[in-house]
Parts: sequence; C-alpha cells; structure tokens
Amino acid sequence: MGNVISGLTAIVLGVGGVLVLFWGLNYLVERMSKKQEELLKPYVFIGPALLVVGVFLLYPSIVTFIDSFRTNIGTADEAWTLENYQFLFTDATLRDSFINNFIWILLVPAGAVAIGLLVAVLADRLAPTWEKVSKSLIFMPMAVSFVGASTIWMFIYTWRVPGEPQIGLLPAIFQGLGNPMDTPILQNSSFRLNTIALLVVMIWLQAGFAMVLLSAAIKNVPEDTIEAARIDGASEIQIFWRVTVPQIASTIVVVTTTILILVLKVFDIPRVMTSGNFNTNVIANVYFNLEFTARQTGRASVVVVALIVLTLPFMYINIKRFRAQEAMR
Amino acid sequence: MSDATKPTETGDAPTPEAEATTGPGRETLAPPKEASRSSWPVRIGLLAVVLIWMIPMIGLLVASFRGSVATRSSGWWTVFTGGEVALSLDNYQRVLSDGMGESFINSLTVAVPATVIPILAAAFAAYAFSWMEFRGREWLFVLFVGLLVVPLQVAFIPLTRLFIDLGVQSDFIKVWLAHTGFGMPLAVYILRNYIGSLPREVIESARVDGASHFQTFWRLIMPLSVPALAAFAIFQFLWTWNDFLVALVFMVNNEVVTVTLAELVGSRGQDWHLLTAGAFITMVVPLIVFFGLQRFFIRGLTAGSVKG
Repeated sequence: MGNVISGLTAIVLGVGGVLVLFWGLNYLVERMSKKQEELLKPYVFIGPALLVVGVFLLYPSIVTFIDSFRTNIGTADEAWTLENYQFLFTDATLRDSFINNFIWILLVPAGAVAIGLLVAVLADRLAPTWEKVSKSLIFMPMAVSFVGASTIWMFIYTWRVPGEPQIGLLPAIFQGLGNPMDTPILQNSSFRLNTIALLVVMIWLQAGFAMVLLSAAIKNVPEDTIEAARIDGASEIQIFWRVTVPQIASTIVVVTTTILILVLKVFDIPRVMTSGNFNTNVIANVYFNLEFTARQTGRASVVVVALIVLTLPFMYINIKRFRAQEAMR
Repeated sequence: MSDATKPTETGDAPTPEAEATTGPGRETLAPPKEASRSSWPVRIGLLAVVLIWMIPMIGLLVASFRGSVATRSSGWWTVFTGGEVALSLDNYQRVLSDGMGESFINSLTVAVPATVIPILAAAFAAYAFSWMEFRGREWLFVLFVGLLVVPLQVAFIPLTRLFIDLGVQSDFIKVWLAHTGFGMPLAVYILRNYIGSLPREVIESARVDGASHFQTFWRLIMPLSVPALAAFAIFQFLWTWNDFLVALVFMVNNEVVTVTLAELVGSRGQDWHLLTAGAFITMVVPLIVFFGLQRFFIRGLTAGSVKG
C-alpha cells in the first residue's frame, strides 16, 4: 500500500511540476510589456521541449561527434586521432554489421507494409465484427516488449539435436516432415538465414502498426473512384494497384519511414536472441559492445556518427515534407 | 479535423441489404459493404494470416501454464497432440509473489509521467511551431525532426556523468527526464502535423475575440487535438512500459517489470516457464491502454499525411 501511495505522489508531483512550470513562465511573460511578450512567448512555449531535447539528445550527439576524433578517452594518453575513422572503414565485423542492418532496412519495412496492406485490404471486405477481431489480433504483438517478443520466438526457433524431441516449432516441423535441421536456425548464417529469422520477429511486431494506418487510409479512398473503375470492367486486383495504391501512397511513405527509423536503431532483438553472434550483429549492438564492454569510447562514437550519417536522407525527406506542408497552408 | 472530412455515405445509395448490416454500434467510416465482396478466398486468406500471427502468442499462452520440466523437454503443442497435459497456474503464482507486484507499481510510476510530461511540453511546442511567428522557427523544427533518428544509446554515458554532476539521485526523476527527452522529437513531430492541420479560421477567430495564446491553447487546441494526443500517448506508453535499456541504465534502487522479468529468466534461461507467465502479466496494461485509446489512434496519426 505504501508503494501505491508513494507512486501516486510521485506521479502527481511530476506531472503537477510541469504544469506549474508552464503556468509560471506564462505568468511572468504576460507581466512584461506587449512588445517583449510577443517576442518571448514563442520561446516560452517551445523552451521546455527544446531544453530536454538539447540536454538528452543534442548534447550527447555533440559529445559523441567530438569523441569520434579522440582516443584513450578519460586516460592520461587521451589524444586527437583519425584512427577511429580508419577503423570504421576497414573493420570486418563492422562491415558485416552494416550489411546486416542493410538487410533489416530492406526487408522489415517492406515486409511489415506488405502484410499490413494485405490484412487491411482483406479485412475491409469482412463484416464489421470480424474486421475488428482480425485487426485486433494482428495488432496485439505491438503490446509486447522486444525482450518479451524475443522469448516468445524462442519457442519457435529453439533447436535440439535431430532425433530428440524438439521444443521449437520450426525444427519440430522439419523433423516431423522427415527432414531434420542439422544446425540451429539462429546459428545458420548461410544466406544470412539467421538474420532473416531475427527480422521476422520485428515484422511480426510492426505489421499491426502498418495495418492500422493503412487501413484508415484505404477507408478514406473515395468509393466512387473504385466504383467507376469497376464499371469500366477493371478486376479487383487492377483496382487495388491502379486506384487504391496511388491514393494511399503518402500513408505508405509515412509508415515505411517510421518503421525504417525504428529498424536503423534495432538493438534488443539481436541482443537477446543471439548476442550478435553467428554473423547476426547490428550497428547498435556493435556500439554497445565497444562502449560498455571494450570501453573504447572513440571507436564506439564513430559507429554512432556513421549511423546518424546513414539517416540523413530520411531527415531530408521529412524536412521536405514539412516545407511542402508549410507552403500549402 | 472534424467529422466533415469523412467521406459521406450519401453518394452511393446503399442497398437495403447493406443497410440492414449497419448496426448502431458500427464505427467504421466506410460506406456499407456489398455482400459479394466478402468471398471465401478472402476469408480463408485472412484466416491464414491471422493464424500465423497468433501461433507465437498461442505458444506463449500454452507454455505459461506448463511446468519447468515440461517446458524444457517437449514442445508446447504436445498439449494438443496427446502429450503430457498437466496445466496449472503455478507459474503465475510464483511470478506474482516474486516481487512482480512492486515492479508493477514502479512501472506505472515510471510510465504515466513519462507519457504525460512529454505530451504537455510537445503540445506547447507544436502550437508555437504551427501558429506563432518567431525567428528560427523553421530550423528549430528541422532540429527536432533530425533528432528523431538519433539512437538513444548515445546519451547513456554523457547523461550518467551529468546526473552525478547535478546531484540528481531519484531513480524516477532520472527516468522521467530521459524518457521525456527521447520521446520528444516524435511527440513534436506527430503533434505539429496535427495541430498544424487545424483550420486557420478557428484559431484566428479565438485571437480576434481577445483570447491570449495561453487561453487559445488550453480551451481550443488541447480539446481539438485529443486524437493526436491519444495517438502519441499510446506510442509513448507502450515504449516506456516495455522499455528495458533505459531502466537498466538509470534505475539503481527500483525495478520495473521488464527488469524483474529479465532476472526471472536467469543467466542460463532455466526459468523459461516463469518468463512466459511474466510476459503475459506485463502485456495486460499496454493492451488495456491500446484498446481504450485505439479509436483516436488513426485520426491522430494520419492528419496532414492522408489529406495532403
């Protein structure tokens, strides 16, 4: 009971504190002259958001950028160097991780969007109750943590020596078909099979998110455009590709971008399921190991810098959308 | 974004048959469907996808009722194929008595403010970005969008040092601040998309009537933005509730559910059977939040993208 009370107190104080902060700042600004008020008020409104982003994201990013040019950080031998960048472009493990991340980027957004779209289109044709039920079931994995999901999928992938009773579903199916697997799926890196097994977990988690947004977009497609195509004798598949898809293109872009950003930072799933072994490593995990296990902050920093550089094209697309939207208002 | 933007149903004269299926509880925006569109291939195809999606969940559910030995020696599906069928609630009992109750309260104490605080700060910022003129408006927004992609691992070491320097000791304050910072770019991005797409006349008429920005914000913008606020709230709550890494790094004296879960597994994964029950218990809260808020979710996220 004491816990519940202190928890509630903490919640009230935390949320209340922020309310008081905004109210107080606004009160102060409104006491000033009209001219000063007009000038300062926008900054009062964005100030707190800017402050936390500055402290929690911008400041660490700058520190990281500087650290990427330094070696032996925190010791007497601390010095400026370009060695980290040499490491970035020559290290074999790192190159492998970039390839894996690339596979994740290529397959996860596409897979999640494809499944999401399929479910959205099919469910749209069911009676409302069944539409709701099937969509809820597809969405449910969104509520599972990455750590939880990794454990759930262990019941699919876990491998035992052929002949013994399998406790993972997939090896059991292969064994049942008389074609037992001789290596564990998660250790089999030919054709990056294990990386694909890991990213399937992410698709499983994210398809629901894609489906919810795509389904909304599909319902917004004006019925008369579809009706017109139908009268012209178009098949359902032609209608889908030539009428529906072009009209939901902007939603597809938004969903793809959101999932893509998530996938770039993927960490938990490889961390929990393989620890990045057997050629399944990803950039975020390389960073984590360099920083917290090997304690090579300089090299760790250069990895993050590379990650941020990779995201620049997506930032550019987002900014362009922002400008376009501004221009239309 | 009011109801006026929804497609009207008057255009395509629904058949009496379709009319009959449109019950009062129906929420979908689409015009009534024709019976002919729901053919058997559609139903079977969808059923197949749903089944595949459910298999891992069903496996987890079944495994959560099985004992330690059973879990490690035979597949969960043997329950259906005539294997050992000794199911019990023991796993749930043990997980709950192993400190899960306390972690549950800690998780709520982390997740509620870590959801509300960024929403509040981001809504103010989104209003300023949408409806106020000031220097640096564009490039400050660009900064927020840019930070959307920064991996949060970057922040751990600099922030640990900073918290020590500033003397911040409370686990909860550290985690609230960290989640607020990490969630802020997405919050500002989603809310600005939405608040920026509200009709200009509404905001201007409030200003003409003499309302200050502060009043306009509370009386007009916040009520109108409920869908976007709820959409981000779902994201942020799911994220903070399910977070493992931030809690692991910043919380010293208190445990949240994910950390307790990870400890249950043990270093060699011997307690799998407990983890399954634990995973189900931790899923309850996010599912309640999602199904409670889902009707706002779509409208909140698609403003400014569906309609150009």
